[in-house]
Order: sequence, then structure tokens, then C-alpha cells
Amino acid sequence: MTLQEAGYDVVEAVDGQDGLNKALAQPMDAIITDQNMPNLDGLGFIRALRQHPQGKGVPIVVLSTDSAEDLKAQARDAGALGWMVKPFTQDKLLAVIKKVLG
Amino acid sequence: MMDDMTAIFREEVRDLLESLERGLLDLKSRPEDMGLVNQVFRDLHTVKGSGAMFGFSELAAFIHEFETVFDQVRSGNLAIGPELLRLALAAKDEIPGLVEGEADPEGRRVAILSGLQGLLGGGPVAAEAEVAAAPAEAGAGEADAGEAVAAGEGVMRLSFRLSGAALAMGARPEIVLDELRGLGAVAVEADLADVPPLDRLDVEACAIGWKMVLPASVTAAQVEEVFLFVDAEWSLEGAATEAAPAVAEAAPVAAAKAAPVAAGAVVKPEVKVEAKVETKSDAKSDAGATIRVPAERLDALMDAVGELVTAEARLTQLARDLRDPALIATAEQITRLAGGLRDATMTMRMVPMRSLVGRFRRLVLDLSDKLGKPVEFRVTGEDTELDKTVIEKLADPLVHVLRNALDHGMELPDARVAAGKPREGLVELVAEHAGAEVLIKVRDDGKGMDPAKLREKAIAKGIITPEAQMTEAQIFALIFEPGFSTAEAVTDLSGRGVGMDVVRRTIDALRGTIQIDSALGRGTTVTLRLPLTLAIIEGLQIEVAGEQYILPMPNVQEIVELPPEKVEPSRTEDFLDVRGGFVPFLRLRQLFDCAGEPGPGQNVVIVRAGDARVGIVVDRIIGTNQTVIKQMSKLHSGVRALSGATLLGNGSIALILDVGHLVGMSRQQGEAPQAARQEVLA
Repeated sequence: MTLQEAGYDVVEAVDGQDGLNKALAQPMDAIITDQNMPNLDGLGFIRALRQHPQGKGVPIVVLSTDSAEDLKAQARDAGALGWMVKPFTQDKLLAVIKKVLG
Repeated sequence: MMDDMTAIFREEVRDLLESLERGLLDLKSRPEDMGLVNQVFRDLHTVKGSGAMFGFSELAAFIHEFETVFDQVRSGNLAIGPELLRLALAAKDEIPGLVEGEADPEGRRVAILSGLQGLLGGGPVAAEAEVAAAPAEAGAGEADAGEAVAAGEGVMRLSFRLSGAALAMGARPEIVLDELRGLGAVAVEADLADVPPLDRLDVEACAIGWKMVLPASVTAAQVEEVFLFVDAEWSLEGAATEAAPAVAEAAPVAAAKAAPVAAGAVVKPEVKVEAKVETKSDAKSDAGATIRVPAERLDALMDAVGELVTAEARLTQLARDLRDPALIATAEQITRLAGGLRDATMTMRMVPMRSLVGRFRRLVLDLSDKLGKPVEFRVTGEDTELDKTVIEKLADPLVHVLRNALDHGMELPDARVAAGKPREGLVELVAEHAGAEVLIKVRDDGKGMDPAKLREKAIAKGIITPEAQMTEAQIFALIFEPGFSTAEAVTDLSGRGVGMDVVRRTIDALRGTIQIDSALGRGTTVTLRLPLTLAIIEGLQIEVAGEQYILPMPNVQEIVELPPEKVEPSRTEDFLDVRGGFVPFLRLRQLFDCAGEPGPGQNVVIVRAGDARVGIVVDRIIGTNQTVIKQMSKLHSGVRALSGATLLGNGSIALILDVGHLVGMSRQQGEAPQAARQEVLA
């Protein structure tokens, strides 16, 4: 999709648990995750991933329709680098990834 | 008393002029940098102030005019241009003469001043009136406060620190620094105060803070944007407006990322912004904690420490022989103390490369003008420290290497463009530590050297025979041979072929090595490897045929046993398999033509010089010791396998082996061992 067109290699996951398995299976440069997901939600995913040595230092950005400050703070404590509120444009998403990857 | 003070003033002027020159040269590449303009102004002002204090009124008057011009630059009425910089450098060059009270029969000073005034487009009186009218000077009363205000004009100061967990969350400080650079950061300084000692260092936490100087136009919103995805504490210190000129210390506006506020953000660009300046980072302000000591005193101290280390070795030996426990304990204590004293003394003699670099910048600028080859000169590792003696002796060789890079290495702009390179050439000087050595590299992106052409030339000059088999590195090394020069025409800068052999000799004398890498069309890199210090080294004492020798420890990599099957000398199999790598080895007994048979259990000391390794077969390893290097007498200066001698604890003498030379010899040995031996004895 858009990210692939922009030249990124994208690994997609169907839910939080699938995402965790995939993120642990191969090193990622950056991770974008939804907050509301079946099996394992965004926060749970981040906490679980950060437990593993290979899950440290990967920038994670959370996408959510929710913009509650306390949820954002929780995500930050769990180890998320940033929070993006849906809906957003493709350009905005690309800009965020660019910023995170430098 | 007054003479003492004048001497101090002269020394201070020398330092300030160095700083001034550096500032002016930096302005060439960064004319917009207000920090630099302010630094230049400060340096001038200090020289003027102290000059007037010590009665150098002519000097003070001269600098006053000079300073006036920079005051106009500072207030934005005058732009930095090539003509201004040329005049400023010329004016700077006149200052030492003024300090020494030299006359100016050719009227150079007057010409420079009228040139500077011409740039102002008005007489000196008009300019002065403007200065007096400036509210900062008038309101501040005290000169110092005025300076502080003036120097901080037009900048914002940002300090920030990533939260402890930021790195684990994927924040990357280098991205932040890059983005801030994009905002026009003119200076950045790392705050290492909170970095814990290594054993307590948390590898996942970021303990470094940063301080940065940003242009006045940067707003808090822009900074917030940079820190959008980074968990960090930051504060932007701006300034007060003109409404409160008396408050020089604009209260720093601390801003948590939730509510970043900065006064600077609301000030319109044309309003004069005043800010409190932290001069802490300035080298000048810690002058109180520094004592200037004449170099000879340090030399004398080093000599005394050298003698002490030798005497200490003798005492230790004596204590061991007498087997008196009390004496042994005392001797050990003295060993420790002498070691500490030695280290402290050596640290005192360390001087940063910075002191040399200023000279080089000017050299490169002048040369690039003269040759019509625009060149960017980039320096990294200016803070790398080397022994004072090494630094002093390094100046000439480096000047020569730099000249070569510009004169021979660099193409003319049109040729560069034709070759698909940027018009402006790049010459880099890189200094860095590598173990107990310092590496200094001079790299250019010029046309490089052609090994085939060098080879032809060397054959034509009779330096090598047409049959000689040589590696590329050996061919490049030919330019160090006396009388070798590749330039088609001799210029007045370089090309007489007298330089490079002198360069090598100087580096040899410093117990260093020099190496050239070059890629045709892409440039040349000259690498100098130098020992940190010349006076005392850690040495490995070895024995060959009853004689003692020293190998410098920094060169020693490891010691292995000589395998039984290699004991018999063989012309073809003098190689050792050291964990899969083949290392050639030399037998010192054979090299020195020693009579008699070695005992059983010979060892091989693997030493490294540059990129090459070689094993040295010795009878016995004695141990390590502090080696005070004594120069060999003139009669022995031709013996190239030895770099000096030292006194051992028992009063006997050990010769210090020159590892670089031994390594070189082992390369030749494959072809002609006889010749190698003769060279040792030559």
C-alpha cells in the first residue's frame, strides 16, 4: 500500500498476538500499531514486546481513534514513542515514519 | 614586576590572536554565524582592553578601528564578505608588530585601516558615534555587563535531556540533533555531568544532556515539533525585550514539553534581543583554574622523573638481591609513587592538536587562494592530545603533507567538474586515538596518485630497478625517497622533492610511521601513526644471546612459543600459524649474527606496526618495565633497527628495538635476507 510505494518493507499483522510473534521473529526498524485489536490490544502488545531484548529500542507509534490523555500517558509508560489520532492522511503517516526513522 | 605583566600580556595576545584567526577563518565558511562574529568581537575587545592597560596605546587605537567594523557586523549594518575577511586577517597579522613596537614604514596599517573604513562607508567618527548611542553600552554601566549582553545578542539557548527510558522506546538522539541542526544550530555542547562511571553505566539509559545555540528566529513551537516523538525535558532560553534593558539576566524560561514557553518566541526579529550569556563553556573563564608554566620547566620535570624511574628500577633490583622484606616493601611503594608521578607529569605535557590546527587553516586558505583551487578544510579530533614535543615536531611535516594535498593532489575547479566532482575540493585533517598511538590522517578528494606513473618515474630516476616486484603501498612509499618528485613542474610551494623524505625522517625520529593510500581519481590519504609520548614508554624486556633488548609494549600483540619444527632456520618456512593467520618471523640471533646456540624454549613476540604484523624470535622473555628512552649517540644514529637505549635496574644497558623498521625488514627478507642484514649493520 502507501508505505510500500514509499519504499518501505512492510510486515502486516492481523492482531496484537500476531504482531508480537512477527516483531520477535525478525528485527523491525519501526512499528505502527492500532490500540484496539483482538487478542492483544496495543498497550498489551507494547508491554509484551518491551519485555524482550529484541523489542527494546524499536520506535513504536500507536494509532487510535482515542485521544484521551491518560491513555496516551499509559502508552508512553508502556514504551510507545508516539501517538497518532485517527483519522490521518497518508502524507501525515509518511511524515511520522520519516521523523521516527530519521 | 611590570615586565612580568607585559610578558603575560604578550602570551595572552598570542592566544587571543590564535582564537581570532580561527574565528575569522570560520567566518569564511559560515558568514551568518553570529556566535563567531561575537567571538571575534570579544577577542578584539580583550586585546584592546589589556593593551590599553599595559600602555600599548598605539595598539589599542589600531584595534579600536578594527573592532568598530565588527561592531557594525554585529549590529547587522555590515555583511561579512571576502574583502572584509581579507582586510581583517591582514589587520590581525599587524597586531604582533604593534605589540613589539615595530614601526610601519610602508604604511600597511594605515592602508588596512582605511580599507576597513571604506567598507563602513563613513569615517571612524561616525561609526563611533553610533556605538556610543547603542543602548546596551549606555545602559549597562559596567563594561563587563555590557559585554555579556552584547555577546549574547541574537541567539536562543536550548538545553535538553532525553528521559532515561527514551532510548529503549526507540528515540534516537542523532535524529533530534540533525533536526535541530536543520533549525540552524550554530553550536552544540554535550553535558556529560550525569554520565555515571562505566561500572554503573546503564546501557539503555541516555545520560547525556545537550546545550545548543540557535538563531534568535527559532520559536518554541519549532522546538516542540522536533521533540514531538521524543520523551525529553527541554528548555529554551530566550531573552527580554528592549523594554527592560537593565535586566541583563533574562530569567531562563524553563519549559516542560507540555507547556513550552519562551520569551524569544514572541519577539519580532527586528527588535533587539538581549540574553544572558553563559560564558562557562568559554575556555577563557576557567583561566583561574589554569596555571601557565614555561615549557622548559616541564622538560626539566620530565627529565627528573626519567632519572627517578631509572633510580627506582635500580632500587627494586637491589631490594630483590638483598631479600630484605622491609626494603622490598619500601621499594614497591616507591615504584607505585614513581609510576603515579610519571603519569601525572606526562599528562601535563599533553597538548591538544588544536594549537596546531589554527596555523593549518590559514595555510589552506592562503594556498587555495593562491592556487585558485577552492577547498573546504575540515578538521575532526582537534582535542586529541599529544606530547608537547611530538606536537612541535609535527607541525612541519603536516604543513608539507597539506601543501602536497593542495598543490599536487587537488585538481583545478574545471578539471574537478569535468571529472564529475564538486567544484570545491575537500581536504580533511583527522586526529584520533588508537591504543597508545595517535592517528593523524590528511585526506583529500583530489586526483589521487597513479602507481604506474610513480613506478616509471622511480625507474627513470634509478631509485628502483625495472624488475622490482612491488605492492601498491610500496610504490606509494617511493615518494618518500630522497630526490623523488612527481610534479611535472616545480612550483614555489612544493615539488622540489626535498619535502617528503624530510617528512618521513621527522616521523621516524618521533618513532612513528607514515603510510599512503591513494585511489586514482578519488584522492589520497596520508596516515601518520605517532606514539603518545616520547620520553618514557612501557617496554617488554627480552634477551638474545645474553644481551638485553626492549620492545615497546604498545607494539607487542602477543607472545607465543616457537614450535619445535621451526627451531631450525629455514629460508622458505619462517612463518607461524597464529590462530589461522600466517605471520612471518625474524630471528634476532640470525639478524644480529650472534654466535652460540639458543637454549630450549625460544619465544616469538608478535609485534605490530601499522597494518603489518611480524614475529620476533627471542631467547628469553624477562618482563615488562618502565623504559626511559635515551637517544643513541651520533655515531649510532645510522643503525635503523634500534630506536634508542635505556638503563636497566642493575645499571646495564638495553637497546630499544625499532619495531617499524623490523617489520619493514621482514618484508624484504623474503627476497634478500643478506641485504636486510647488511642494512641493520650499515
